[in-house]
Amino acid sequence: MTRRTYSALAVALEIAVPLAILLAWQAWTASADNQHFPTPTTILEQFRELWLFAEFERHVLPSLIRIGAGFGIGVVLGVALGIPLGLWRRARVLAMPHIEYWRAMPPPALLPISVVLLNDIGDKQKITFIAFFCLFPVLLNTIDGVRGIEPTLLETARSYRVPARERIRRLVLPAALPQIVAGMRTSLSLAVIVMVVAEYFSSTEGVGFVLLDAKNTFRMGPMWAAILLIGLLGYLLNLLFLLAERRALAWHRGWRAATPD
Amino acid sequence: MLYTWPMATSGEVARPAAPVRGSRRSLGSQRTPAGDFILPVLSIGVSLLLWEAVSRSGVISQQDLPSMTASFGELWSLAQTREFWANLGYTARGWGLGLLIGTALAVPIGIVLGSSELAARAFRVPIEFMRPIPSAVLIPLLFLTIGANLRSELFLASFGAFWPLLVQTMYGVRDVDPIAIDTARSFGVGRFARLYRIKLPSAVPYIATGFRISSTVALILAFTAELFMGTPGLGQAMNFATSYGLNDQLYALALATGFLGLAIHFLTSSLEKRALRWHPSQRSETP
Repeated sequence: MTRRTYSALAVALEIAVPLAILLAWQAWTASADNQHFPTPTTILEQFRELWLFAEFERHVLPSLIRIGAGFGIGVVLGVALGIPLGLWRRARVLAMPHIEYWRAMPPPALLPISVVLLNDIGDKQKITFIAFFCLFPVLLNTIDGVRGIEPTLLETARSYRVPARERIRRLVLPAALPQIVAGMRTSLSLAVIVMVVAEYFSSTEGVGFVLLDAKNTFRMGPMWAAILLIGLLGYLLNLLFLLAERRALAWHRGWRAATPD
Repeated sequence: MLYTWPMATSGEVARPAAPVRGSRRSLGSQRTPAGDFILPVLSIGVSLLLWEAVSRSGVISQQDLPSMTASFGELWSLAQTREFWANLGYTARGWGLGLLIGTALAVPIGIVLGSSELAARAFRVPIEFMRPIPSAVLIPLLFLTIGANLRSELFLASFGAFWPLLVQTMYGVRDVDPIAIDTARSFGVGRFARLYRIKLPSAVPYIATGFRISSTVALILAFTAELFMGTPGLGQAMNFATSYGLNDQLYALALATGFLGLAIHFLTSSLEKRALRWHPSQRSETP
């Protein structure tokens, strides 16, 4: 097989296989006529009816706001805590047992507690819950990024008496940024997951609530449409973040490409 | 090493850590073994006391935040009951079996998709689309189709565990040193021997990392299934505690779940270390 026919075959497969899966799904659901598994065309129709844009404002917007706020708070706290922990070994030794414990905790196990502790099932509880779990990837990546800075750089800056604030702004933050951004990306996809779980537990609006409501009322159409929506939401947020990352870290990629490693 | 959060599967591939560089340790940060032991213990002790103080002083009412002693006391009395250990066992079973099924499916499929570029390209789009879907959205669907039973819990746990491991295996098999493969080929080593002797060993670090990530995901999803669907286990017990407003028990169960998570984390980390004893990332720094 020549190189050209090979790559043509690869492209053909890349298009044909997903199409074949979709067609098989359509054919199977149409012939089985099972109420639990509607056909993809029905799901798409349901999707258009619900989310473009009849229920968008009532259910999708609150979820997006919760993701945004929780993610934002988690990232800011993660970086703010991660820099001192990365710079000082002693602080790290003190904080590590706590970080290890909370990180090993399955998020849903804290869901009932967050409701009891905050006396709330609205935005306050949802955003706090999302922020708490968004914190860890950013925190750990910040610590790792700061620790990875060449000590000579830090010591040089210190011996030139660069003030601590400037050292952090001009040396520590930029050097740790690629790692921080990697952590942020993980946090963002985590935010979507945690949002669904939080809204699924106790809520009156949001995409998680739509899922819960559809289950309680045995309506399969809206349920499949909600599953599709959450999948798309995660996919699009990740894509958006990648684009932003490419812009923000253009300097870093250029630098990396220039150094042989 | 890139830190990857277990539930977030749309992140990138976790590469095995690079060997520790000698220049990393700066002057004046010598390890003090005594401090490394005393400080964490002190830090845990102080925060437990703080918890007790916040609850007793009424900053947060004892109804909303049972004191530390009450929570641990409740955990202690739960630990005397057979039911608690049964629940712990159910959750551990959901984790173990889910992880096992997920691994048994993900590793072979990952090897196939990793060794054949055509196969990888054919399934790229479906995989990229399925991977970021949070497994938790399947709960209502499973509830209505399979029902609230062990099969649902296992489906959810293995579905979640499948993706990170699949992707890690694929990249691991693909990331093999091309010179080693070419050398083997020119020595007339057959396709299967190449797979078994070169590709697989070089993929093991990736698979081990994937296994650790999947293990945490499997626990989270087993617990989630119990909490939301009511299959027996710690999650279901927590659901009961919430319904009856037994806050002491709620906190005790959360503590227990955290300890289970910690135990599983240490178990898989040590397994990973054992499996990778030969790998450069595990070599300790020589002075």
